Parts: sequence; structure tokens; C-alpha cells
Amino acid sequence: MHKPQVPALGAEGWFTDGDEPALVGNRCTACGTVFFPAATFACRNPDCDGNEFEPASLSRRGTVWSYTDAQYQPPPPYVPRNDPYEPFAIAAVELPDEGMVVLGQVADGYTLDDLHVGGQVELVVETLFEDDDHEYRIWRWKPL
Amino acid sequence: MEAAVTAGTTSSHDIAVLGVGMHPWGKWGRNFVEYGVDAARRALDDAGVSWRDIQFVAGADTVRNGYPGYVAGATFAQALGWSGQQVASCYAACASGATALAAARAQILAGLCDVALVVGADTTPKGFLAPTAGDRPDDPDWLRFRLLGATNPTYFALYARRRMDLYGATERDFAKVKVKNARHGLHNEYARYRKEVTEDEVLASPIVASPLHLLDICATSDGGAAIVVSSMAYARRQCVDEPVRVRGISTVTPTFPNTVIEMPNFSTDSSAALAPPPLTFRDSIAAAAYEEAGLGPEDMDVAEVYDLSSALELDWYENIGLCKAGEAERLINDGDTALGGKGVTVNPSGGLACFGEAVPAQAIAQVCEVTWQLRGQAGSRQVDDASAGVTVNQGLFGHGSSVILSR
Repeated sequence: MHKPQVPALGAEGWFTDGDEPALVGNRCTACGTVFFPAATFACRNPDCDGNEFEPASLSRRGTVWSYTDAQYQPPPPYVPRNDPYEPFAIAAVELPDEGMVVLGQVADGYTLDDLHVGGQVELVVETLFEDDDHEYRIWRWKPL
Repeated sequence: MEAAVTAGTTSSHDIAVLGVGMHPWGKWGRNFVEYGVDAARRALDDAGVSWRDIQFVAGADTVRNGYPGYVAGATFAQALGWSGQQVASCYAACASGATALAAARAQILAGLCDVALVVGADTTPKGFLAPTAGDRPDDPDWLRFRLLGATNPTYFALYARRRMDLYGATERDFAKVKVKNARHGLHNEYARYRKEVTEDEVLASPIVASPLHLLDICATSDGGAAIVVSSMAYARRQCVDEPVRVRGISTVTPTFPNTVIEMPNFSTDSSAALAPPPLTFRDSIAAAAYEEAGLGPEDMDVAEVYDLSSALELDWYENIGLCKAGEAERLINDGDTALGGKGVTVNPSGGLACFGEAVPAQAIAQVCEVTWQLRGQAGSRQVDDASAGVTVNQGLFGHGSSVILSR
């Protein structure tokens, strides 16, 4: 029996799930600046007074800007997935088309050994943690 | 000697540092107000100014001590004894102290007051700094913990790893920063950690966020610091002939698009529509203070930089103009930034490595240390003939903080 999968609290609408998942931000219709998470009311380009946005799927592949891991269990509101705690890796990934860097945990099964600055990664969506009722989903970076 | 001449010039936006004071850093577990009052009384004493004479009070706020912390200016003023002064309370995360000092300076330079007190103090919990409790899915600082498990050391580690992959830095290079700072702070009576550390001890300590070890990362501390500042005319009336002067203060924000990932964000700005500015945010912080002071890195003798991690201190060398990008490892390996080295001495106080961070007090403490250095009162950690110094740090969400002082 699979539990219903829902985006983690706070990340609703931030990504699509499925075979080719993608981060979903938005783009200012006046100047083209991309925002992730999506801008909600005003373009933050100081030369632009736009306040209308269209949804924008971000590049699914990017280049590792840097990476690290969490050897100690982060404090709440982080919810550990396993007991005892299992460290995980985090990558900052440069998306060339958007000209931005996006953080994400690294996909299950991959460690620091699979990463280097300049390496290629792809977006996946996996389970961040689960409770009795739901699996809470989140985007992650998978080394290629 | 060219530098000394430049540093000695008086400009119309100088103010005088009349007095500085600190409560020792530690894990005392008492109310933060107590540290602030102690530091304030020491600074007033050092200045030879009575509390009743202070015309403006600027408090640097703490967000971890309930409502009194959000209104720190009034909290300290009440504890020192209500005297009807003008008051301000400033929160800018790690930059709160510089923001409070900037508020005091603005009052003085506008001619609205002659003499002001700036105070910051904190009592901190043990362990990682974490967001306050309760579900706040619209707060990036809450979300980064919930969605990513990204702590503060996560971000420090991303910068450190990048130095390794881009410039060939090693974990041992980072450990050398810790060793230097531990040696600097050894006899600093205000420092919490006063113990020599070896490179091997740093490297043998557990990894928190690769490549950073526990001893690479600063602790959180209780502490308090205060400064009495005045107009140059007031200083002369107090018969202080050559006070240490504040020459420049920078509290700049980033310039869009900021393409370096910053705590607590998930992402950087996008440069799809507008090219990044010539200077990164961290490069721009001290640059704005230098420009205001009419001084440059070549004029500096001492620097207090925000070594949240040992590796981050190396980033700051480049950000404040001590060397070009990728050259900081050479500076630490050649001993240039150590006391007695041939470069600008960095963190003679021992830095955050010896203090641990007491957020609203830390930027003020940096100014206290540079003041003691410029007065020649730093004892065994004195930088020879120091005539000018720079402090730098950065507050969460985009608050720059840098102060230039000179004799």
C-alpha cells in the first residue's frame, strides 16, 4: 500500500513530480528575470517595475557550483528520515539558462564521492520523509 | 609612510571613538541584559563619560531572548536607568552592531546629538543556530531547515569546498587559520577559548559539513560589547586630542543580481535579464567603507574579519582586498596575516575562533578590538604601530557590515 505523495510543507507548487520532474519558478513578463521560488508580487530587478509573471520550468540539468554534507542531524524543523540518523549530501547547482544557483539535497544513494565542482547533475523528486498518512516529496540533484 | 599620512587626515564625516568595553565571551547562561550593561559601563568608564551625559542610545537586537531582545535599545536604557535619551533598536543579524553604530554616527553627523552609546549583547542556546519554533512555511529561514536540512555550516562548507576545487585549497590550509587565531586569542581576557590548537587536532575533530571539521566552525557564545562615540568637537571638549576615529561605515545590501548563494536562501538571483555587478556582495562590503574613508587595503595594518569558519576567513582576505582571488592560501601559509607577519594582521583578537559568535555584540566587538589596537592597548596581541584597521562581516538576508577606523 503506497501512501499518498504530497509536496513537503512549504514546497507546494515548487516542482512537478513524475518521469521528468522540474522545478517550477516564474519569469517576469516585462524583463525576463527568472525567480525560484516563484516571485509573488513584484519583480526584484531594480530596473524593472513589472509585477506580472508567467510560470517557468527550470532547466533539469545543471553544473555543480559546490557541495557538502550534513554529518550531524540538523535541528528542527528538519525531520530525520531514519533512526539512527543517516548523513546526506547537499549540492549547489548552477543552471546556465537561468543564470542562477539552486540548492538541493543529493539523490538517495549518492555521496560526496560522486560530486565535484563542475560536474553535471539532473533533477529528481524523492521522498524527504514520511509520516503515517503521507510521503512528503522534495526535489533533489542526481549526479550524472 | 604615505599610508600613515593618508590615515591621519581628518574628514568632515569622522566621529570619535571615546570609549569601548566588553563583557567576556563565554557560555554564562545569564540574561543578555546583564552583559550589555556591564559592557556599557566599561565603555562609559573608558570614555570618561557619565550615562546621564549620553544623548542617544543604539541597541543591537537579539532575536533569541524574547521581546526585550527585539527592543534592545530601550532594554539597555532601562537597565542603565531611564534618562530620557533618544533611542533606537537595530536588527540586522550579524550586522546588527554595525547598523547600530551607523545609526549613532548619523545622529552625530547630522548634529542631532554629540555623544552616543552603542550596545549589543546576546545569550545563545547550545548547538546549531536554528529558527524559532512553530511552522512558518513562508519563512526562508524555516524552509531551508525543513526542505534541505541546510544549517549555517552547510553554507560555510559550500564556500570552503569551492576553494578546494577551484584553488587547490586543502583542509590543512583551513586548519592553519584556526591555529593562527587560537594563538592570537591566547591571552585575550575577553575571549572564550584561550587554548593553543594544532593543525592535527583540527583535522582529527569530527567533520560537521565536509570539508569543515568541528574545530573549523565557530561556536555560539554569550557576550556583550559597547562603544561610546561622539562628534570630533565633543571629543576635543573632553580633552581627548587624538581619539581613534570612525572613518567609514558600510551597511550595504547586495546589488541585483546576487549570483553567489547566500544563507538562508534556496537559490541566487537570476542573471538571465541583467548581468551580475562588477563586485560580488562580499567584495562590495568593505569596498564601500574604504571609499567613504578615502583609504584602501594598502593603508590597513589590522583587520577583524568574520571567521564563522576558518575557510571563510580566507574568502574575506580576498573580499577586503588583501590579495587576489585564489591567493589567500598563500597568505596563511606564509604567515602574512599572523601577528608579526609581513601583511595585514587578521583577527589579532582571536576572532570568532576564540570568541564564538554572540550575534548582536560581534560587530561591536570587532570595533572594540581595532580601537585597542590603534591605541596601542592590545598587550601581548598588539600589532606593531597600527594606525588603521578594518572590520567586516555580513548579516543574514543581505546586511553588509564594515567599519574603517584610524588614529
